[in-house]
Amino acid sequence: MPEPILQVENLRTYFRTDAGVARAVDGVSFQVLPGETLGIVGESGSGKSVTSLSVMRLIDAPAGRIQPGSRILFRGERGVEDLAQAGEARLRQLRGHEIAMIFQEPMTSLNPVFRVGEQIGEALRLHQRLSKRAARARSVEMLRLVGIPSPEQRVDEYPHQLSGGMRQRVMIAMALSCDPRLLIADEPTTALDVTIQAQILELLSRLQRELGMAIVLITHDLGVVAETCERVLVMYAGQVVEEGPVDDVFHRPQHPYTEGLLRSMPKLGQETQRLAVIPGVMPSALRWPVGCRFAERCPYHWQKTREEEPPLFELGPGRKNKCWLVQYPERRDEALRQGGGYGTAGVARGPEARP
Amino acid sequence: MRNTPAARPPEPRTQSELPPPKGDTDLRGRPLDELETPPDTLLEVRGLKKYFPIRRGFFRRHVGDVKAVDGVSFFLRRGETLGLVGESGCGKSTTGRTLLRLVEPTAGTASFEGRDVFQMRKDELRRLRRQVQIVFQDPFSSLNPRLTVGEALREVLQIHRLAAGDAAHRRVRELLAVVGLRPESVSRYPHEFSGGQRQRIGIARALAVEPTLLVLDEPVSALDVSVQAQVINLLQDLQRQLGLTYVFIAHDLSVVEHISERVAVMYLGRIVELADARRLYRAPLMPYTQALLSAVPVPDPRRRRERIVLQGDVPSPAQPPPGCPFHPRCQHPLKDQDCARIRPPLADKGGGHFVACIKVPLGAGQ
Repeated sequence: MPEPILQVENLRTYFRTDAGVARAVDGVSFQVLPGETLGIVGESGSGKSVTSLSVMRLIDAPAGRIQPGSRILFRGERGVEDLAQAGEARLRQLRGHEIAMIFQEPMTSLNPVFRVGEQIGEALRLHQRLSKRAARARSVEMLRLVGIPSPEQRVDEYPHQLSGGMRQRVMIAMALSCDPRLLIADEPTTALDVTIQAQILELLSRLQRELGMAIVLITHDLGVVAETCERVLVMYAGQVVEEGPVDDVFHRPQHPYTEGLLRSMPKLGQETQRLAVIPGVMPSALRWPVGCRFAERCPYHWQKTREEEPPLFELGPGRKNKCWLVQYPERRDEALRQGGGYGTAGVARGPEARP
Repeated sequence: MRNTPAARPPEPRTQSELPPPKGDTDLRGRPLDELETPPDTLLEVRGLKKYFPIRRGFFRRHVGDVKAVDGVSFFLRRGETLGLVGESGCGKSTTGRTLLRLVEPTAGTASFEGRDVFQMRKDELRRLRRQVQIVFQDPFSSLNPRLTVGEALREVLQIHRLAAGDAAHRRVRELLAVVGLRPESVSRYPHEFSGGQRQRIGIARALAVEPTLLVLDEPVSALDVSVQAQVINLLQDLQRQLGLTYVFIAHDLSVVEHISERVAVMYLGRIVELADARRLYRAPLMPYTQALLSAVPVPDPRRRRERIVLQGDVPSPAQPPPGCPFHPRCQHPLKDQDCARIRPPLADKGGGHFVACIKVPLGAGQ
């Protein structure tokens, strides 16, 4: 097996708020292999975005802090180094150069008063010490690579002159201009219409094939994961609850949360009388439940699950599940026999959770 | 960049067979505009247009129009759900809003139980709004943050003189129970609720006046998947229990398929295809619908489909292309200069499958 390009170990990122400490990311471990696409999927409040910001070390101090003991091992040009320990100067060298990131809303990450070409060129001049003229030429080349028509003209335009899809292409051009080994894409298509999303996803996978970088794709959209990723992590309440190859996780989901997510989505071209429902809402990061954090919404829960936190069991190579059902599989059958589970008829209406 | 087999009509027709290009001619099928509506029609919209004027300069000279809705016709049967889908800027939300006159239409008629909504006076409009209600994507922005949920609901009952005093209290509790909120919610403020619960409050408020028609404008788009399913199920239960009619506006094609009996696809201010949900999703005829459906990511890694990737962006509704609005991006093998000249009517291609495309032959719908 090739050496991972990124290895995150026991990442914990906490935020101090007026209401107490929010444990947004609470013990996350995973690795990314060179050239692969890893999906991190979860709903709002699952900690997926904070995980990606932590890897980039973009957590706002002093309110937010990566806790001691967290390790973010990145294998770059200088060998393996722990980003959790890296200084600001070193991080600035790495960001945009060896590790790049794209966000959901390109308008907020593009500077409205600079021309597109100047913004792409900035990273090139900074990291690769290119001259102004060379940086401009490379910017045009990058815009062409990401499929922007007439790049020689677009390079002199301002962000507001571009459509949403074009802006996201510019962001991708910027992110890839220095040939990063790792691209972190945080909901890169969420703000886009579905036909534009298809264009961007196709662009990302083509670029990955051509440039051979690894991609971590953070999204709430299971469809996007299914169509673009090889492996997936499912996050819930600040933790990884399931991990595995996309095909296996989608066809044989092991964690009840993953199962519920997949069954609560209407699927194109498939008739479903009634959607399965995961009752309640994600708990607050200020007060994670004890025991399994999903137990209060889980159709299979029993006393042990509400009292003891399950470990992330290893089911096979790269296949993990953080659920007591791994040790007590009979509990699932029992619940199903008694009409529990996500049986669509069984759940008449999603009971609400307390505000 | 390939067309699915379904896109290919069986027999290419030659130029000479085409009628002369002139405006809205009846091309291969009766246009929806000219059809008689079924007897159980609740709402019938014809030729709806909404232009937003573009004004420039010191004298605010009228230099053009954003054609947000440009000639939309459809009917709505009692008790059904009509889905309205399309990408941002296609005019689906504006269409929904004109039905309640939250946006004043530029042209057209909307006959609700036989009376034209667009001609109604103020007092008539007030009565209309007891029958037609709207639910928005984010009810939080339409809820007064200083009123408790109970107060907000009682206010609605008061304005429409539906209940007061003890009766109002009882009705509020009943409404909360209907949408699955606890009785204690009465004394809570909007910020104390999660997104899904706020949407339940928005629905409760719409139901307070006992409407017959609900316009649901992206009601679940802001919600997480697991919460979205709760609200969708609630809407389906309510429809069954209360006999409601829905116009369900959304950009999520899977959600629309799940909840709708019939679906209308909009592009640049026009309906380009309208049919039974099942028919439209299994055998879309309009090249735009085919591309749109093929672009939806499906949560099944084994279902790698042939994707039609559209080139470029949607043109500006201030300068929609002449003829068929989709023709500059269309990949139909028979596309020709007629597509740029003839505005295709939304015509019945057989079996009530309406398509606005002159290249889709009559009978393709069966």
